[in-house]
Amino acid sequence: MATGDIDLLIQLMSKLPGLGPRSARRAALHLIKNREQLLKPLATAMASASQSVKQCSACGNLDTVDPCVICTDARRDSSIICVVEEVADLWALERTAVFKGRYHILGGVLSPLDGIGPEDLSIGGLLNRAGRDAISEVILATSATVDGKATAHYITDRLSECNVTVTALAHGIPVGGELDYLDDGTLSAALRERRKS
Amino acid sequence: MVMFEAPDANIQTGLMALTRLNLTNFRCYDFARLEVDSRPIVLTGPNGAGKTNVLEAVSFLAPGRGLRAARLGEVGRRYGAQHSASETCGPRAWAVAAQLAWDDATVDIGTGLEPTTDETRRERRIIKIDGETGKSQKDLGLLTSALWLTPQMDRLFLEGASGRRRFVDRLILGLHPDHGGPVSAYDHSMRSRNKLLKEGCRDGDWLDSVEDSMARYGIAVAARRLETVDSLQELAAGDDGPFPGAELEMQGRLESWLDDMSALDAEDRFREALSAQRKSDRGLGATSIGPHRSDLLVHHRKNGEKASQCSTGEQKALLIRIILAAAQLQTRERGRPPLLLLDEIAAHLDAKRRAALFDIICSLRIQAWMTGTDNSMFQALGERAQFFDISAARIEKISVTHKAFYNSI
Ligand SMILES: [Zn+2]
Repeated sequence: MATGDIDLLIQLMSKLPGLGPRSARRAALHLIKNREQLLKPLATAMASASQSVKQCSACGNLDTVDPCVICTDARRDSSIICVVEEVADLWALERTAVFKGRYHILGGVLSPLDGIGPEDLSIGGLLNRAGRDAISEVILATSATVDGKATAHYITDRLSECNVTVTALAHGIPVGGELDYLDDGTLSAALRERRKS
Repeated sequence: MVMFEAPDANIQTGLMALTRLNLTNFRCYDFARLEVDSRPIVLTGPNGAGKTNVLEAVSFLAPGRGLRAARLGEVGRRYGAQHSASETCGPRAWAVAAQLAWDDATVDIGTGLEPTTDETRRERRIIKIDGETGKSQKDLGLLTSALWLTPQMDRLFLEGASGRRRFVDRLILGLHPDHGGPVSAYDHSMRSRNKLLKEGCRDGDWLDSVEDSMARYGIAVAARRLETVDSLQELAAGDDGPFPGAELEMQGRLESWLDDMSALDAEDRFREALSAQRKSDRGLGATSIGPHRSDLLVHHRKNGEKASQCSTGEQKALLIRIILAAAQLQTRERGRPPLLLLDEIAAHLDAKRRAALFDIICSLRIQAWMTGTDNSMFQALGERAQFFDISAARIEKISVTHKAFYNSI
C-alpha cells in the first residue's frame, strides 16, 4: 500500500495505546495532509521531548528538570507523600488541585502472577524518603484492584518501622477503577476522607 | 403444609421474563428470532437440532460464562469444512439480544463478543442495556438471573467437590450479583501465593500482603456460601411433595470457624493458618486450606443416604429440589423469580414428578425454558406453556390448535 517512511510511520503509530492498524493509517494520513500545522511541529516536539524529559530522581515523576517542579516547589507540603502507581495517576490528582503535598510513583503494583516484585517497583526509594526526610504522612493511592490493595498492604507493613502515619484513600474508588478514569469530584472526596490504614 | 405455596395474593411477586430473543452467529444459528410471552417455553426436536444452544444463549443474559462454561471465542458460529481456512482469523463475533419484561416495563439487553480487527486485544464481552454499554456483568445481574439444570449435572454428586462449589456459587450469584468479585479475587490471590511459594519467595511482608487478601476474600466467600446454603436448607428440607427433602451442608475448615467465631476472628485465624503452612504448602505445591477446599454435602433427608449413594433418579430429584428451593429463595429475596433453564429435564422423571414440576414452575410464575426430544413429555403443561419445534437450527412455533400437535400428545 505504501512504502518507506509512510509505512514506518504507520507501523510506529499503531504501537500507540488505543490505536490499532486501521486508526494508525488514518492518523498518519491526517498528519501528512497537515504537514505544516501538525506533522512538523509534532516532529519537533517529539525530538525535543526525547532530549529533555527525564525521570525525577526523588519521586519518579516525569519532567524536564530533575528534581521535578513538584519536588522543588517550596509552597508544597514536603511532609506528606502520596504514593501512586503511575505518572498518569499523579496527573489525575494534580487536576483536582486538592492535594498540596508531594508524590511517589511506584511504577506499577506487585503482581506475582506477572512476575512483578518489590525490586521492580520503587518501594526502596519510598522507604528511604520516609526514613530520611521529615515525612509525617504517607497516603497510599494505589488502585482498588486485588493487586493494588495487596501492594498497599505490603507498603504499610514495610513502613511500620518508619515513624510515619500511613493512610489510604477513602472508599469510592471502584474495584479495578484506575485513578486516571475517575472524575475530579470523586477523587478529591476520596482524598479528603482518607483514613488510617 | 404445601411444599411450594403459590405466591401470596397480597404480595404480588415481580415478573422477569423474556419476550423476545435474537441470536446472531451463535453456535449453529446464523440468525434466529423468537417471540414469546411470559409463560414457560418448551423446545422440542431431534438431538443436535440446536435446542440446548437456545438455552445457552439465554444463560448468557445473566452474569457468568453460560451453561456450558464456554470461552467467549468458542461460541461464535462455525462454518463447514470448506470454510475452515477462514477460522484462523480469530474468534468470530456473536451476539444474544433480548427484550426483558420486568414487571410492567421492558428492558432491551444484549451481550456478545465484540467484533474486533485488532489482534493485540483480548477477547472482550460486551454488555448493552437499553442501548447503553454496561460496565460489567454485574449490571446484567441486577436485571436478570438464571438457574439451570443440564444432563452434565447429573453427575454433580458423584464427581469432585469443585463442581459442587461452582454450583453453590452460581446459586449465590442469583441472589448477590456481585458474588463473582470476591470469588475471582480469592482465586487470584491464591494463585499469587502458590507462585510466590513455588519461586521460593523469602519476603515475609510480600507473602503477608497476599495472604491478607486471601483471608479477607476467602472468609467473605465462605460466609456467603454458609448463609445461602442455610437458607436453601430451610426451603429444601420438607418431605411433603413429590421431590425428596434434601439436607444441605457447606463443609470446610473456614465454615467450621465461622460457626464458632465472628467473621473478623475467622479472618485472623485463616491468616495465621496460611502463614503457618507456608513450608508445607510449598512442598505440596498448593494451598491446603481455604474456601477452595470446601464441599457441599447433600443427604436424602428421608432415608439419610448421601446423595451420591442414591439412585440416578433420586439424585436428579434431589437436584431439582435444590434448584427449585433456590428459585424460591430468589423470589423471596429479590422479589422476582429467576429464569429457569431445564435441558432434557423429563429424562429421569416419571409422569407424576413431571406434572408436579410443571405445577411448581407455574405457581412460582417462573419463565422456564425446557427442552426435550418428545412433545408428549410436556403434555401436562397444556396451554400453560408455549411450544416450539427446532430442527436443523430452525425454530418454529407450534400452535396449540394445530392438529398434528394434538395427535402427537
Ligand atoms: Zn519529583
